[in-house]
Amino acid sequence: MKTMTNPKVQIDNVTKVFSGHKKNSPVLALDTTSLTVMPNEFITILGPSGCGKSTLLRIVAGLEEQTEGHIYLDGNEISGPSSNRGMVFQAYSLFPWLTVEENIQFGLKNSQMSPAQRKEVVQNYIELVRLNGFEKHYPRQLSGGMQQRVAIARALANDPDILLLDEPFGALDNQTRTLMQELLLEIWEKSNKTILFITHDVEESIFLANRVIVMTSRPGRIKADIPIDLHYPRPYNIKVDHRFLAYKEQLTELIREESLKAMMEVK
Amino acid sequence: MEKLVKNEEAVEQAPILPVHNKNKKNRNKKWLQPQENIPHKLYLTVSVSSVVLLFAVWSLLTYSGLVDPLFLPTPTEIIYSGMVLFTEFGFIHDITITVYRVLAGFSIAVIIGLPLGILMGTFKVVEAFFEPTISAIRYMPASAFIPLFILWIGVGELEKITIIFVGTFFSLVLMTAVEVANVRRELLEAAYTLGRSNFSVLLSVILPASIPGIMEIIRLILGWAWSYIIVAELVASSSGIGSLILESQRMLKTGNIIFGILTIGVLGLLSDLILKVSIRKMFPWHYGR
Repeated sequence: MKTMTNPKVQIDNVTKVFSGHKKNSPVLALDTTSLTVMPNEFITILGPSGCGKSTLLRIVAGLEEQTEGHIYLDGNEISGPSSNRGMVFQAYSLFPWLTVEENIQFGLKNSQMSPAQRKEVVQNYIELVRLNGFEKHYPRQLSGGMQQRVAIARALANDPDILLLDEPFGALDNQTRTLMQELLLEIWEKSNKTILFITHDVEESIFLANRVIVMTSRPGRIKADIPIDLHYPRPYNIKVDHRFLAYKEQLTELIREESLKAMMEVK
Repeated sequence: MEKLVKNEEAVEQAPILPVHNKNKKNRNKKWLQPQENIPHKLYLTVSVSSVVLLFAVWSLLTYSGLVDPLFLPTPTEIIYSGMVLFTEFGFIHDITITVYRVLAGFSIAVIIGLPLGILMGTFKVVEAFFEPTISAIRYMPASAFIPLFILWIGVGELEKITIIFVGTFFSLVLMTAVEVANVRRELLEAAYTLGRSNFSVLLSVILPASIPGIMEIIRLILGWAWSYIIVAELVASSSGIGSLILESQRMLKTGNIIFGILTIGVLGLLSDLILKVSIRKMFPWHYGR
């Protein structure tokens, strides 16, 4: 079918300039960036901190407006945030006054579903992120990893066309992060979603993605687009496989140059 | 001497013991450690003893005759004055009228001030319009307005209520605005990406996120209202706890003055406690686990 070959998301020559306040000169955060995302792809965007990778994701989410360029979702130009692009933030984005199930239900409130249907959807996603038994808990009663699982379930419950994740596991400890990566891959394989995932962790970027986009530091630009030729499902011990390690070496080199450059620029 | 030697031997034989002892010693001196928690029992004992000490000093000074009862009566005399006030002078009526004035003035301040503060914290346009005026008036003491209000609206109930309103309204608006403006950006953005509109975000995110903080602000400012009402009643009033205090001064009834002050203290404490407990009950997600 033709739709299968059409890109899911098209980022077309997008730039972002943050206008400077008073005496500060404007900052070019993102320099003419283009990226085509095919349906069902899992793309990680890897870059040193402050390279504009989050800015790019926020523009796709509609939370930030690009200075120039266009973004298309299924061929339609986007403007402003919408429930067809689900977003998972780094941390603390759950509504603290709502329980786990109410948080997951938040986006469903304006859909046409009946309460019974809603309940069923919520229960499905609670099972998907393995939070059975925690339905009535408030966010502050949960660990960081559990909170992020709720955030993922909340974004997925709306059935978005694309899932955007902005360093979602950055605040978690190493062990939890590894488990969360496996869980996310499992969810992705089950749901056939298209995913854009921001990270500064080289290992994470390889383990998850079928394509890693490496970004330069200030101004942000796409430096490399590296397909990861490793089979799914990926077991956790693939991280010590020699092919994985070869990717790791290559990407570590690429990202190191940028980090050094970024370090020199900081006043 | 012999005992000491024995102890030293024990130390050599069991090296774990001295380490343990050392810990225990430190634990005993926890109350000297900055910010360290102390046992609940100790806390309670210290708190109670401070009150007991206050009463002891007071009793000592008054019952012994060291201090002229005109300046400071004995505890029993004050309790007696209180009883007389209630039974012969209709003190309960004064309390009712004072409470009524506070609640009326403060309620009006909340009813108008909360929506305005929420709008100011949410929309920069509203903030830009109201902020300069409200900030300026906030620093003008409400008590200084009393002569003006008497000139404008006389010495009736409306004047008292207006003073409470002016004393609380402006701070309430500004503090609410700050609380609302501090709602985490991520929460709003999450709501947008979940398909909510601007208006829906105000109702379903900004309000619930800021309400516990707003309730704490209400609690704080209600405390101020109790001091404004006394000032208002001291200046021109024939009823209320403040006017009773003033009258008692004219007649050198020190016991009544002190009993009036204590009554205000208890009323303030009571209203604070009721709000504190109900806030904790209302927002379990905000407090504790």
